[in-house]
Amino acid sequence: MGLTSIDWIIMLLYFASVLGIGAVLKRYVKSSTDFFLAGRSLPAWICGLAFLSANLGAQEVIGMAASGAKYGIATSHFYWIGAIPAMIFVGLFMMPFYYGSRARSVPEYLRLRFDEKTRGLNAISFAIMTVFSSGISMYAMARLIQVLHVLDPIFDRLHIARSGIFHVSIIASAIIVLVYILLGGLTSAIYNEVLQFFLIVAGFIPLVWLGLKNVGGWHGLSEKLPAAFTHSWMGMSSAQTNPLGVDWFGLVAGLGFVLSFGYWCTDFLVVQRAMAADSMTAARRTPLIAAFPKMFFPFLVILPGLIAIALPSTAAHLATTNTGSAATTAQYSEGLIPPKIDPNTGRPLLDRQGKLIMDYDLAIPNMLLHYFPTGILGLGLTALLASFMSGMAGNVTAFNTVWTYDIYQSYIRPHESDEHYLWMGRVATVFGIALSVLAAYAATRFNNIMDMLQLVFAFVNAPLFATFLLGMFWKRATGHGAFFGLLTGTVAAAVHHGLTLPIGEPVGIKGGWLGPILHVYPSDMAQNFYTAIWAWTTCFVVTIVISLLTQPHEESKLVGLVYSLTEKPSEKHLRWYARPAALAVVIIVVLLLLNIFFG
Amino acid sequence: GIDIRLPIGLVFSLVGILLTAFGVASNSAIYQRSLGINVNLYWGLVLLAFGILMVVLGRRGMRPSGSSK
Repeated sequence: MGLTSIDWIIMLLYFASVLGIGAVLKRYVKSSTDFFLAGRSLPAWICGLAFLSANLGAQEVIGMAASGAKYGIATSHFYWIGAIPAMIFVGLFMMPFYYGSRARSVPEYLRLRFDEKTRGLNAISFAIMTVFSSGISMYAMARLIQVLHVLDPIFDRLHIARSGIFHVSIIASAIIVLVYILLGGLTSAIYNEVLQFFLIVAGFIPLVWLGLKNVGGWHGLSEKLPAAFTHSWMGMSSAQTNPLGVDWFGLVAGLGFVLSFGYWCTDFLVVQRAMAADSMTAARRTPLIAAFPKMFFPFLVILPGLIAIALPSTAAHLATTNTGSAATTAQYSEGLIPPKIDPNTGRPLLDRQGKLIMDYDLAIPNMLLHYFPTGILGLGLTALLASFMSGMAGNVTAFNTVWTYDIYQSYIRPHESDEHYLWMGRVATVFGIALSVLAAYAATRFNNIMDMLQLVFAFVNAPLFATFLLGMFWKRATGHGAFFGLLTGTVAAAVHHGLTLPIGEPVGIKGGWLGPILHVYPSDMAQNFYTAIWAWTTCFVVTIVISLLTQPHEESKLVGLVYSLTEKPSEKHLRWYARPAALAVVIIVVLLLLNIFFG
Repeated sequence: GIDIRLPIGLVFSLVGILLTAFGVASNSAIYQRSLGINVNLYWGLVLLAFGILMVVLGRRGMRPSGSSK
């Protein structure tokens, strides 16, 4: 990659800005509430953009473009089905309990609503997951910097081995995120997430514009690709007739309900941004404001993947993750997507059916290299780095809060002063980053173990929304019901995964490890969605049964925690367009129009 | 505190000035890959305009009568 001084100046300007914002905000952090919850003082539009940006990590930008190249516009279901309905639900129906209960975290809400053991289970599993997610984001960024050869000229000039690039990338990103969170806490993270949001948009709009202009607009793109790649609902009646390999019920119930509501409605990483809002109304509007740009993000991150696959294959400006020759890469490329190359033979890798394994993760990097001259290339690269860092910072701020409030204060050192917990929050930030670095290195050495951990996290997350749904909308739900519902839901997810297998996959991490294979799914995405459905249903049923057999809380203790016992937030003082319900109606109308137009 | 629009506006104004200046000064040959369009110049001007708008809004928000923090 031929970066020049202007590219470096833009990148350095970004790094100076994020550190400067942290330094300026340091003087405003005086209490643990300031550090962990931004003093609950931020307006809705800032919390809304941070709510969106904290989710814009590596998996989002790189991963969604990769899915766009692999599956086409059907990837937009991860937004239009798999995010927006849940964001509307959490804004309208769940924020009143999160914000109104004055809980400082999602696990703390579980303690108030259920009991200590349910909070402990959620807090510990969440803390471990955030550290690993942050580490994986760090690992992905360092790998990308290696693949794009960003630092190669500098290392060559200094006569340092290029193998050090990975280590420098990890350490530099860790230090930058550490410093700005340490200085300004959640406010610093949120302010930087807003800056990162605008940078990501600024870096990707010209990329999409140039790409679309090159292929002849949406009409030209549609002519160059199979019909199912440009119509999101085409062939969804059967798993065999659409690129995702998922039927409509699996998509709507598995992705659109269980997984998306489980993430957007219960994950403290995003809910924390809404909890930082300056009023109940602002907290409710936070996810709704985030839903507007979120609806249009497929055009920024999925469309480059479609364009990359529609372009004629060319050897120019192609990055590859392995050392294949340019001729080999060009010969087997699909558009700008190169095949994965066997490092030993220099030949393309083939799957079990003898088909080429394409390196879809390089869709965005290769689009940047293909269209951006020096100057704006620095901006595009900064946008990529910003997405990685916002994902990292989001995980670290969620980790330090859950660690301090839900683990340290609850089980290790209760009854300490506020200054002590503020100090512990900063210490937790340091060891959260240190653990993330260790996780990033673990990903390089133990790839299969990391895959296994991701799988276990999926089992733990799948039943979560059933617990919250019953907790918030059924006053009879008890702590024992919630705890054992979560455990059996997780076990059900593991058992379902162990007894099923995606077609053409070997027994092992993809499933079938419990012995008899009771069902073969048309794709691993279908298996994931149905695993989530089984986990959620098991948790829902077990929670109800055990709750009916155990003693519920007194109703007086559930005020502010359960829908039927809580006064509804008044919106009469607001103008009609500022009311959460009105925002939700507008979002639903736009969402329907998008699905009709691209359906 | 500070109004976040102010630092965002400053960053975008600086990036806009850099890209615009580079777009004016650079050789047109480098724009072959961007379909012959001087994308640095045009996008630099857009970012500069956005940056100035954010600075104005941020300064208004920082006034005692006006903040996002």
